Amino acid sequence: MSETRLLFDGASRTFGSGRTLVEALRPTHLSVDAGELVAIMGPSGSGKTTLLALAGALDRPSSGKVFVAGQDLASLRPRQLAVMRRRTIGYVFQELNLLPGLTARENIALPLELDGMRLSQAHQQADSALDEVGLFDLANRFPDDLSGGEQQRVAIARAFVGSRRLLLADEPTGALDSVTGEVVMRLLRKHCDAGHTAVLVTHDASHAGWADRVVFLRDGTIVDETGASPDATERPISHWPSPSSP
Amino acid sequence: MSVRHSLLALLAGEPAHGYGLKSGFEASTAGTWPLNVGQVYTTLRRLERDGLVKPTGTGDDSRQTWRITPQGRKELGQWFDTPIPGDPPQRDELAIKVLLAVATDRDDIADMLQSQRVSTMERLQAYTRHKRRADPQAELPWILLLDALILQAEAEVKWLDLCEARLQKRKKR
Repeated sequence: MSETRLLFDGASRTFGSGRTLVEALRPTHLSVDAGELVAIMGPSGSGKTTLLALAGALDRPSSGKVFVAGQDLASLRPRQLAVMRRRTIGYVFQELNLLPGLTARENIALPLELDGMRLSQAHQQADSALDEVGLFDLANRFPDDLSGGEQQRVAIARAFVGSRRLLLADEPTGALDSVTGEVVMRLLRKHCDAGHTAVLVTHDASHAGWADRVVFLRDGTIVDETGASPDATERPISHWPSPSSP
Repeated sequence: MSVRHSLLALLAGEPAHGYGLKSGFEASTAGTWPLNVGQVYTTLRRLERDGLVKPTGTGDDSRQTWRITPQGRKELGQWFDTPIPGDPPQRDELAIKVLLAVATDRDDIADMLQSQRVSTMERLQAYTRHKRRADPQAELPWILLLDALILQAEAEVKWLDLCEARLQKRKKR
């Protein structure tokens, strides 16, 4: 049986109270296994970002529980949560991903250093993470000297560096052109195929297409998901229009 | 889709026999539009009648081979140079279904849009799985075709989103 990396057990999030109460996320059940890439789609205000914030321990549910790597986030003290964010969870956002005063290598090494790793060892791990995303030669570049696609690849390398196994991404391909966006998605896919887990919020259907499962949110509720019967869609493509007669 | 111009395009590369054209066509279009060999011969005879190809006799295996004529090259050049008009738009069953649901005021339109969205998304995921497995060097035509299908499916999802947003706006008024 597959290991569950992320579990929403009836977790919800409300803001305000009384007449101004807003249910950003209604009680939600969602389970994501090791090796899975799950895309979350839905209109603005449907609860995508709230869901991601709860999964990443950046926010706490109003009711229900969120488990990451088997641990109930509510049971962790602030210090333990900080450790969880450094060691287990990686984040990639559309913008403001990298610290501009640090090189690519230093950006990736930073969470490891904060976690008490020796500088030389952190740099070594950063280099191998950069190598994995095909940017070994650019280790000494600053973010401003990298293209948008390269910056996102560095951000992904950082999100998976060390022991981190759960990546949470909010529109990571948002500012990229189609070809570069695909490079980023192939990279996420490669990591998930190697046993990592990723939850990706996107409005871009062609990028969500790389996911094993697409979850649809509406008004704070999961209304549907794809991937119930992947075999059914795996048949050879055979329903093409026939060529017109000569 | 024009079988006529596809055969001219293949013959512009080198003379070929009917079966070779069939397999050449299927290879360059990633096997997505199977062509029957009878259709190839019918088309070749019409191309010959119009002076666009000529039989060149039989090859080693005693099969009739064909080559393109200068007139054929001219016709082919025109085909490649002329943009596809795309007008009138192809009949689109999904669009018709949604428009009729709106016109007849069905109360389950939102469910219909959502189940279509899931189905289109599953199709898009299947195309992407094919793309993941394809070799970018050896299978370029296949990848280009999948790109086209993926973008069409993406447009469909976007259109469904837009329908939903516009219908909600109308409901609120």
